[in-house]
Amino acid sequence: MSDRSTDRTLLSIQDLRVSYPTPEGPCAVVKGVSLEIARGERLALVGESGSGKSVTARSVLRLDSEARLQGAVRLGDQNVLEMTSGQVRRLRGARVGLVFQDPLAALNPVKTVGWQITQPLRLRGVGRREARNQGVELLERLGVADAARRFDDYPHQFSGGMRQRVVIAIAVIADPELLIADEPTTALDVRVQARVLELLSELAQERDMAVLLITHDLGIVAGFAERVAVMREGELIEAGDVDRIYRSPAHPYTRALLDAVPRIDDSPGRRLSGGSGPAPRRSAAGKEEQ
Amino acid sequence: MTEVPPPLLEARKLVKTFPGRRGGRAVDEVSLIVRRGEALGLVGESGSGKSTTARCIAGLLRPDSGRVLVEGQEVTSPRARRRGRRRVQMVFQDPYSSLNPRMTVADLVGEGLYVHGIEPDRARRRDRVVELLETVGLDSGHLDRYPRSFSGGQRQRIAIARALSVGPDLLICDEPVSSLDVSVQAQVLDLFADLRETLGLALLFIAHDLAVVHHLCGRVAVMNAGRVVEQGERDQIYRSPGHPYTRSLLDAVPVPDPAVERARAAARGWDGPGAQSAEQQKEGEGL
Repeated sequence: MSDRSTDRTLLSIQDLRVSYPTPEGPCAVVKGVSLEIARGERLALVGESGSGKSVTARSVLRLDSEARLQGAVRLGDQNVLEMTSGQVRRLRGARVGLVFQDPLAALNPVKTVGWQITQPLRLRGVGRREARNQGVELLERLGVADAARRFDDYPHQFSGGMRQRVVIAIAVIADPELLIADEPTTALDVRVQARVLELLSELAQERDMAVLLITHDLGIVAGFAERVAVMREGELIEAGDVDRIYRSPAHPYTRALLDAVPRIDDSPGRRLSGGSGPAPRRSAAGKEEQ
Repeated sequence: MTEVPPPLLEARKLVKTFPGRRGGRAVDEVSLIVRRGEALGLVGESGSGKSTTARCIAGLLRPDSGRVLVEGQEVTSPRARRRGRRRVQMVFQDPYSSLNPRMTVADLVGEGLYVHGIEPDRARRRDRVVELLETVGLDSGHLDRYPRSFSGGQRQRIAIARALSVGPDLLICDEPVSSLDVSVQAQVLDLFADLRETLGLALLFIAHDLAVVHHLCGRVAVMNAGRVVEQGERDQIYRSPGHPYTRSLLDAVPVPDPAVERARAAARGWDGPGAQSAEQQKEGEGL
């Protein structure tokens, strides 16, 4: 993925290195990751825990104040790593929207959802009534029944799936060019997850909004992303078109990850760990785990 | 005595309510059967009552009514429960909170052997613990270490060894792999499959992940709002589900194959009854 840069390129991460200071010296968490997202593109960054996928995504908006960042993160023609913190803050909600795993933690419990949804617009000088109209419309678009009435409810009055819709509304109401979604459906039940992903996908297409989806779940990637990047231990293992990666992954780690996922359309009893194919007879349990 | 041997485990019309809980019974007349050596998957979304059912069966919660029988013998009285409990062991979701952090691996795995008087001799107990660790794929060099020095997957293996120590016929596993990374989950699922094969162990496997249950369990029961809405053989449930709730769950399970996902999305036609009504229903419960 050395140089895919075109005028469609929205985000370009070049040789990103992230480390955290510890008493024993800096601890490298991301070790030279390069990645590009085109306008309107849906890219999934996948990996297991500790792979550095979240840290990479959070670096785009410099969300971790202790993290030491090197390399370049270009949004359009600006390098985020060279901006002042005020400039970075102004990107949030405007050019880049954020959705995290836990919607309850992302919402202010003492403000109505309507207040929170309209903030990104209000901060940019949109009038109260106009902001409210846009907010209700967006919430309706996101499948919240009776959105006008529920606009003045508080976060605790919503279910998990509905809360995540509120968070998505806050993230996209100011029409960002990029949405960073970090495990946005991990806390949701499977049917709600499917619906939320569908909505995210539709919104992205309607608004020509790029999405960087961070996830451990290779199942949801298959239905959502156009491109996939696989990370392990702070390094980018491989990246490419979703069909290509799933059909013929170049890296054995990607192959092993895909093989490890049980599927409802698969023959049961297949060995999931250590090689594909039908189950070899083994006398005792394996010791593959490191 | 009857000619047909009774099932290994039978739960009859279990009912459990929690005070102050809106939305009725947590478990509403649930009846299940697990036969010797069989794996029964109990699936459902959060709040469906699957974990409460498991805890009633394991004797960790007292059901309001209903019976739990192990090989035809009631295990609801305290004395009978102790006897039955040896036959039925439990593995929990979170291997970080289910293992006492102040006990070594040797003590954690050996405790049951000691308490139940299976291996009173210290040296022989240690030998047995080593065997158990090998069964679950752990190095016996870890004997004197504490849970904190193990990864999540290794801890889950320790919890499984601990459960196996008293020679159970049935393991009740409550979301045993849902907190694990996918590659570690794969290893632990393979371990469960091995244990079934080598020890003839029966499983009652509680999970929200329908793909995991499809992989491991020959029979499946689907729970919704405290009730078993459907149960049957794996192929029947997954290929031709009879209940619309089961169908809506299956439609939503992601398949790690882009071509399959595109075909499903095209066929799905969203805003169908499934997802929407589920959320509306939860909304009503004030969740």
